[in-house]
Amino acid sequence: MNRENILAALKKNAMLIVLVLVYLFFMILTQGGIFEPSSFTELINQNAYVFILGCGMLMCMLTGGNIDLSCGSFVCLVSAIGGIFMIVSGLGTGVSILLLLLIGVVYGCILGFLIAYIHIPPWIATLAGYLAFRGLGTFILSSNSPTGSLAPFPADFRSIFYGKVFPTEKGVFNIPCFVLGLVAAAVVVLMLFWTRKNRLKKGYEADTIRQVALKGGLSAAVIILVMSRLAMDGGIPTTLLWVAGIVLIYSFITSKTTIGRHFYVVGGNIEAARLSGVNTKRIMFIAYLNMAVLTTIATMPVIARSNSAYANLGKNFEMDAISACVVGGVSASGGAGSVLGMVIGATLIGVINLGMSLISLDANYQRVVKGFVLLAAVVFDIVSKKKKK
Amino acid sequence: MAKILLEMKNITKEFPGVKALDDVNFKVEEGEIHALVGENGAGKSTLMNVLSGIYPYGTYEGDIVYEGQVCKFHNIKDSEKLGIVIIHQELALVPEMTIGENMYLGNECGHKFSIDWNKTYSEADKYLKMVGLSESSKTLIKDIGTGKQQLVEIAKALAKQAKLLILDEPTSSLNEEDSRALLDLMLSFKKQGMTMIIISHKLNEVSYVADTITVVRDGATIETIDNHGTEPVSEERIIKGMVGREMTNRFPRREDVVIGDTMLEVSDWTVHHPLYPERKVVDGVSMYVRKGEVVGIYGLMGAGRTELAMSIFGHTYGTNISGSMKIKGKAVKVKKGADDAIKHGIAYVTEDRKGNGLVLSQSIKVNTSLAHLDAISKHMVIDSDKEYAVAEEYRRKLKTKTPSVEQLVGNLSGGNQQKVLLAKWMFAEPDIMLLDEPTRGIDVGAKYEIYCIINDLAAAGKSVVLISSELPEVLGMSDRIYIMNEGKFVGEMKAEDATQEKIMAIILKSGRGE
Repeated sequence: MNRENILAALKKNAMLIVLVLVYLFFMILTQGGIFEPSSFTELINQNAYVFILGCGMLMCMLTGGNIDLSCGSFVCLVSAIGGIFMIVSGLGTGVSILLLLLIGVVYGCILGFLIAYIHIPPWIATLAGYLAFRGLGTFILSSNSPTGSLAPFPADFRSIFYGKVFPTEKGVFNIPCFVLGLVAAAVVVLMLFWTRKNRLKKGYEADTIRQVALKGGLSAAVIILVMSRLAMDGGIPTTLLWVAGIVLIYSFITSKTTIGRHFYVVGGNIEAARLSGVNTKRIMFIAYLNMAVLTTIATMPVIARSNSAYANLGKNFEMDAISACVVGGVSASGGAGSVLGMVIGATLIGVINLGMSLISLDANYQRVVKGFVLLAAVVFDIVSKKKKK
Repeated sequence: MAKILLEMKNITKEFPGVKALDDVNFKVEEGEIHALVGENGAGKSTLMNVLSGIYPYGTYEGDIVYEGQVCKFHNIKDSEKLGIVIIHQELALVPEMTIGENMYLGNECGHKFSIDWNKTYSEADKYLKMVGLSESSKTLIKDIGTGKQQLVEIAKALAKQAKLLILDEPTSSLNEEDSRALLDLMLSFKKQGMTMIIISHKLNEVSYVADTITVVRDGATIETIDNHGTEPVSEERIIKGMVGREMTNRFPRREDVVIGDTMLEVSDWTVHHPLYPERKVVDGVSMYVRKGEVVGIYGLMGAGRTELAMSIFGHTYGTNISGSMKIKGKAVKVKKGADDAIKHGIAYVTEDRKGNGLVLSQSIKVNTSLAHLDAISKHMVIDSDKEYAVAEEYRRKLKTKTPSVEQLVGNLSGGNQQKVLLAKWMFAEPDIMLLDEPTRGIDVGAKYEIYCIINDLAAAGKSVVLISSELPEVLGMSDRIYIMNEGKFVGEMKAEDATQEKIMAIILKSGRGE
């Protein structure tokens, strides 16, 4: 590996490096507080919705830089209705979840229909929801509770979305959690080597063995590190399983399936896609249906964590999801971006949020810092990519 | 001998890894029209960008001597100050602004904070008259056609007090009539003492208008041909310089293909305009193509050729489409949508490869497989190895010049993009291919290769419909020719009976409403 290769690799992974630097920065500032086991759990629980909404927002943005402004308010509405189901009417957890998902599907179908077939510009169509759902949610809450919030959610619901798998006491090393980490690390390394072998066998370009070893080694180290920290904090958070599952599914859809491919080409050149036999309207429909369903799913860990539904729930969630995508390199004009990039972007924002609350920075300053960090991250990304050419 | 206005001496320009210009020498006399010809990527545009300061002084080696002075341009403004004005191939006009506003964009009359609109419009009108435009300078750009927009670009250049006008492919998006008018305008400017450089692929235009022709090949000036004589230089003579070999035959010989049964037949096909449904864009057209046959459709731009092809291709253009369609003798009702047309074995290769043909931000691989993803996937999961293999196969078959099939299509030259577009539709395995202007905007060498591909397709038993506004191309490639004008088919002839004169006569006759 010569200097040029290293530089190229650095530029390619610019945002990942920013993430590491920011992490180290907070490591110093919090005197290791951000490396405490509880911080890891917190990072995942606090940001679960960003990862989940980020997947949906990515799909919308791929179709041509389209966004969904309504998802934060929809979280509020879903949580209010969830409160009615589970707290006021005492419906079972399973039934409630299914009914909430159904509401998500209905909203998604209406939204998708308006955008794909009636050609309402997405930001206008979702702006309506942004206004209406917050009002509707607040109305439902205040007419069912004198305080304007519904709490607490049933324990079984909370354990599904805000619990631990095979829990142990804090400070006791949790074996299942660590084993899961080892297995995940092994799978990642094996996959990397297997891909390389396959490519070489068929005579295609592939990374050198050193590159694969470096990539695999680093990924495995990070996975094992995170899981061993989590093992000291009572075990695997169920949120992690939800998030990881959804991220893996969407990663697969975007990179390996024909429908994922269609999202990219619709964003790249919608006319070319249409004349190549892609049903462009259906893709737009699916993007927003999918977004609504994922918003409903994202609501679950949020209300399980807050343990109450209240009027301000989900405020600015849409901005968090959009920021995660944009910081993660998803093109604002569509056609480019990856789930992995979005995950890095979301993690970066999460680390900054967590770090700032650990040093108990004033909430107003937090917003200022977040704004500038976002801008700086994107400027850095664009400038480093420009030099490559 | 006239005075030398411009001399570019020993210009060398390097991009990372590529020497785009290698020790180029180029001289332009005052008051002449100098044509710069060469294949795509030969270095013509790079040379002009060096001259106009887009590549600033210091990024290249060599000297620019203009009116006896060595010039060091740092940007376009510097060169424009001396009267060197370049008009790019892609028009740089703002559609929602008026002609006058566009002409003085970045060069506004009056003070910085108070634009003198009266002066702007009166000056603009003056220059518009000079280029023969009768439109008011307060007309919006979007309300005039491309031909007139090109004239506005020229008026804009005149407004900058141009002494040396550089026109990069000025006629590439114009029809023959507008092109001829533009060339004549150039000749009238010459009489008034203007010096011009024209870059063009259309060699008949070059030999018509130019006094001197410089041929560029592989980043070097190959030769300078004098065209002052009474007999214009022949196109073959220019082509010889461009490709470095004698092109005795611009069209590859057709193999004797056995022409089979009728593959596609449409009768009484009528298509209405999607926005103005009362307007008929295609009017009662009946046509057929047989297996292994190449059928040419000749017509001027706006004759309704593209609209005909797209309406056949899954009704992707137009409303209120009527008429019947038969494929392999069986009546079919193609549903709306390209996917259904593809299923019926029809492919439409667009004339506008950048606009609606290719996804420029994606790789060759992704573009190649796009119209037939089913073939490389199982249960919606793409087999990426298979996809790579397919893209690689077509890269080799069509001789696409690229380092790898992972290369983004946007980085390829026009000819290679066209090959990727053809690869995409060949991979869709159609029986009927509707090729719309398949050689537009690509150089002579690549054209020949595309012609070979078309012949191979016919030899493989495909039915090819070749839509073109270049008569020699239609005559050289087709077995049978339909002539289209104003939405109607006005003639049909066998290739061996057809000549340029006959076809033009038919069009002129139909235009007079006889």
